[in-house]
Amino acid sequence: MPVRIEADKNLTTAYLSGEIDHHSCVFIRDEIDATINRLAPLELCLDFMHVSFMDSSGIGLVMGRYKLMHSLGGRLRVRGVSPSTMKVMKLAGLDLLAKIDCKGEKR
Amino acid sequence: MKAVNEMKLTIESRSVNESFARVAVSAFVAGLDPTVEELSDIKTAVSEAVTNCIVHAYQNTMGRIYIWVGIFEDSTVKIRIRDRGCGIANIEQAMTPLFTSQPQERAGLGFAVMQSFCDKISVRSTAGKGTTVTLMKKIESRQRC
Repeated sequence: MPVRIEADKNLTTAYLSGEIDHHSCVFIRDEIDATINRLAPLELCLDFMHVSFMDSSGIGLVMGRYKLMHSLGGRLRVRGVSPSTMKVMKLAGLDLLAKIDCKGEKR
Repeated sequence: MKAVNEMKLTIESRSVNESFARVAVSAFVAGLDPTVEELSDIKTAVSEAVTNCIVHAYQNTMGRIYIWVGIFEDSTVKIRIRDRGCGIANIEQAMTPLFTSQPQERAGLGFAVMQSFCDKISVRSTAGKGTTVTLMKKIESRQRC
């Protein structure tokens, strides 16, 4: 399973794992959006701790979830990001949209 | 300049093969003893190019993607990714960061990632015939002996 979701009205956390690319993105997106649309939580946290690879498809995933949370008046947080994934995220300026915690940082 | 080692790979344009393509290329390049970052850069750039073939060139119809990788004397890696898909009418526009013909979920950053993660990239395309993307990256970590 590339995503496991823990959710309540305040916080929904999506634990992503494995490789995030165009192939795996569709499933992850649908799983997360189903929960968000049902619960409209105040905060969505995307946990990248167990993500081993991400290409620009992951940027679309994060940006799309940012827009969805924004439209519901909620916040997006991203955590557990590895240096290589951070490099892709910074290229897209995602660090300007959401709070991003890297791997090993206290939270 | 002639490659000191080369490989060819042909895959069908199924999205499940994106992972296989980038892992196969990185496994071939691993012989040069690259750093973790160099290898990750190559995987990411290959993933972008192959995804473009699947999403744009063949637009989710079945076609073949031809990958050639050459390793040169000076530890430069050249990766050529070719398709026989629809081609790119306006290459400059396609390479502009954030431009995408499929704005729903694609970020429009595929070429920006390839440019930023490789030393050099070239794109040749003919409308209706296909596209060839060539990525070049020098592996700095190891002195050949």
